[in-house]
Amino acid sequence: MSNYQVNEKGYYGTFGGAYIPEMLYPNVEELRQNYRQIMDEPAFKAEFDKLMRDYVGRPSPLYLAGRLSERYGANIYLKREDLNHTGAHKINNTIGQILLAQRLGKTRIIAETGAGQHGVATATVCALKGLECVVYMGEIDIQRQAPNVARMKMMGAEVRPAKSGSKTLKDATNEALRDWINNPVNTHYIIGSVVGPHPYPDLVARFQSIISEETKKQLKEKTGSELPNYALACVGGGSNAMGMFYHFLDDESVRLIAAEAAGKGVHSGHSAATSVLGKEGVLHGSRTILMQTPDGQVIEPYSISAGLDYPGIGPQHAWLHKIQRAEYVSITDDEAMQAGLLLTRLEGIIPAIESAHALAQLEKMKFKPEDTVVVCLSGRGDKDLDNYMKYFGF
Amino acid sequence: MNRINKLFANKEKKNILSIYFTAGYPELDSTVKIAEALEKAGADFLEIGFPYSDPVADGPVIQHSSEEALKNGMTLEVLFKQLAGLREKVQIPVLLMGYVNPVLQYGVERFCQDCEKVGIDGVIVPDLPLSEYEEFYQGTFAKHQLSNIFLVTPQTADDRIRKIDKLSTGFIYLLSSSATTGKNLQISESVSEYFARIREMNLNNPIVIGFGIHDKTTFDQTLNYADGAIVGSAFVRLLAEENFLEQILPFVQQFK
Repeated sequence: MSNYQVNEKGYYGTFGGAYIPEMLYPNVEELRQNYRQIMDEPAFKAEFDKLMRDYVGRPSPLYLAGRLSERYGANIYLKREDLNHTGAHKINNTIGQILLAQRLGKTRIIAETGAGQHGVATATVCALKGLECVVYMGEIDIQRQAPNVARMKMMGAEVRPAKSGSKTLKDATNEALRDWINNPVNTHYIIGSVVGPHPYPDLVARFQSIISEETKKQLKEKTGSELPNYALACVGGGSNAMGMFYHFLDDESVRLIAAEAAGKGVHSGHSAATSVLGKEGVLHGSRTILMQTPDGQVIEPYSISAGLDYPGIGPQHAWLHKIQRAEYVSITDDEAMQAGLLLTRLEGIIPAIESAHALAQLEKMKFKPEDTVVVCLSGRGDKDLDNYMKYFGF
Repeated sequence: MNRINKLFANKEKKNILSIYFTAGYPELDSTVKIAEALEKAGADFLEIGFPYSDPVADGPVIQHSSEEALKNGMTLEVLFKQLAGLREKVQIPVLLMGYVNPVLQYGVERFCQDCEKVGIDGVIVPDLPLSEYEEFYQGTFAKHQLSNIFLVTPQTADDRIRKIDKLSTGFIYLLSSSATTGKNLQISESVSEYFARIREMNLNNPIVIGFGIHDKTTFDQTLNYADGAIVGSAFVRLLAEENFLEQILPFVQQFK
C-alpha cells in the first residue's frame, strides 16, 4: 500500500484514528478486526459483484460528453453514478456495508442522512435484506426533503428526527452515534461517507473505489490509456471523490481535483469550504480538518446542496490536501447552479447540485485539446428540481 | 498523591458521592457558586463539564445544558479564569470532564498546565482513545499531577479493563450500562452480575459507578459494588429551576 492509504494504526499521516468514547469501542473494534478479512472472502466478493451488476446496474457508463467537450476544448468523460439504482453513488457503500453487517451477525441497521440520499440507499438495502432500519435525519432536513423521507418510509425504514443542535446532518450523525452507544450488540451503523472513526473511512473508500476501478478499464477501452489527465469530483464528507480518486492515487500524473461547496462565497459566513476555513481537530471520531471556533466548537456549514454541507472532510482527504496530492477548490452556489443548467442544456442530463459543483470547476480550467478529463457525476438531479426551479424561476 | 487519591485512601469515607454539572449553566458565572454549594451540602467530589457542540455520549439533559452554556459564552478560556480562585473556596477533589476537540484547540500541554494551576485533580475525556493517551499524553498528565479517568462499560473486555486499571491513577469510571447519560438506571440481574464481575476482578483502582443514578435507591444499590457513585443528569435537571442554589442542599442530602 502506498502512503496515501491508511496505516496499521488507522491513520492517514496525521489524520484519522478512532476518537470514540469507550461505549463505542467494542463495536468499532469488532469492525476493525474483521472488515478486511470479510471483504477478501470469495463468497463476499461474489455476492457484492452480483448485486452491483444485477441490482445496482453496474458498471455505470463512462460517457464522452460531446457538446460539453466541445465547449471546454478537451475530452470530457462523465462517470455516470447518477444511473445507479436509487440515483447516486451512495448505494455502492450501502450494499457493501449491509453484506458486512450480515456477516457480523447484526440484525438492526442505523444510518444518518442529510439530503436523504444515503438514507434512501440504506433503507433500500435493508428492504433487500429484510433488516430493521432506523435513519436519523435532522428535523430541518426532514422538512426540506419530503420526497426522500417518503421513499425511506415506503421501504419500511423508520425516520427519526434529530432535534439537537442545528437539526441537520452533523446532528443526525450525533444521534446515530448515540443510538449505537445505546444498542451495543445487535446494531451496525452504516456511515454514509468516508468519515467517522477508523476503519470507516477506509472501508467506505474501498466500497466506493469501484468508481475508479471501472473508470480505468473504461478509459483504456475508449482512449487506449487507463489514465486521464484530470479526475474531478465534489466533496462533502468525500465518498464519491475518494471513490473517483482511489485507483489513481499512485498514478502521480493524474491531477485529482475536489470541489468543495463555497455557498454564498468562501468568506461570506455561509460556506462549507472546509479545506480553506477548517482547522485540524476531531470530528465524529476522527482527526481531520473541520470548521470550528477558536474554542473547538463545530461550526454549522452552509451550501445550497444538502449533500455538501458537512463541517469536515474525511481524514484521507485531509491528508491528500495537506500533502497536496489532490487540489481542493471552492465552488459557490451560483457557479454550481449555472453548471447544472449548462449540463442539462448541452447533454440532456440533470445533475445533482452536489455533482454540479465538480462540473463548475471545468469553467475555471485551461485544457489542451488532447486532455482527457473525467468528472464523477455522483447523482441525478431529480431530488433537486425544486431548488433548480426556484433558483432559475422556471 | 492528589486529592482524589487521598479521598479514596481514607477508609473512614463511605458512600462517596460525586456530582457532575456543566460549567456556565444555567448562568455563565454560576460555575463556582454551584461548586461551593455542593461542597457545603456534602458532595465528596465534583466533575465540572466543559461544554462541546457535539456531545455524542450525552443524553438530552446534558446536551441541553451544554448548548445553553455555549450560548452563555462558556469556553475553556473563560472556565480557567472562573476557576482561578476555586481553591480558596472549595477543598474537595474537582475533575474536569469534556470532549477532546476543545482540549486539542486549547493545547493539551496548556490545558494540563492550567488545570494544575487552578487546582484541578483529574480529567475525564471520553473520546480521547486509550492508545493515543498512552502514546502521546500520559507524560504530560503525570507532569501536572492530573489523574486521567477511563470509562469501562459492560462490553469492555477483561484484558482491556486490566490495561485501563494499569493506566489509571485516580479511579475507574464504571458505566452502569452502555448508554448515553441520563437514562434512569434499573439494577436488573444482569447489571448486578456485571457489577459483581468487575468487583471480583480486584482492580488496583477504586471503582466509581455512574450513568443513570438519580435517587437514593439507585445510589445505595450501586454502592454495594463500588467505592463511589456519580450523579449527573438528575442534578443538571435541577439547575433549570429558578431557585436552584437553594435546592442543592436537599438534593445532595437525599443521598446521604
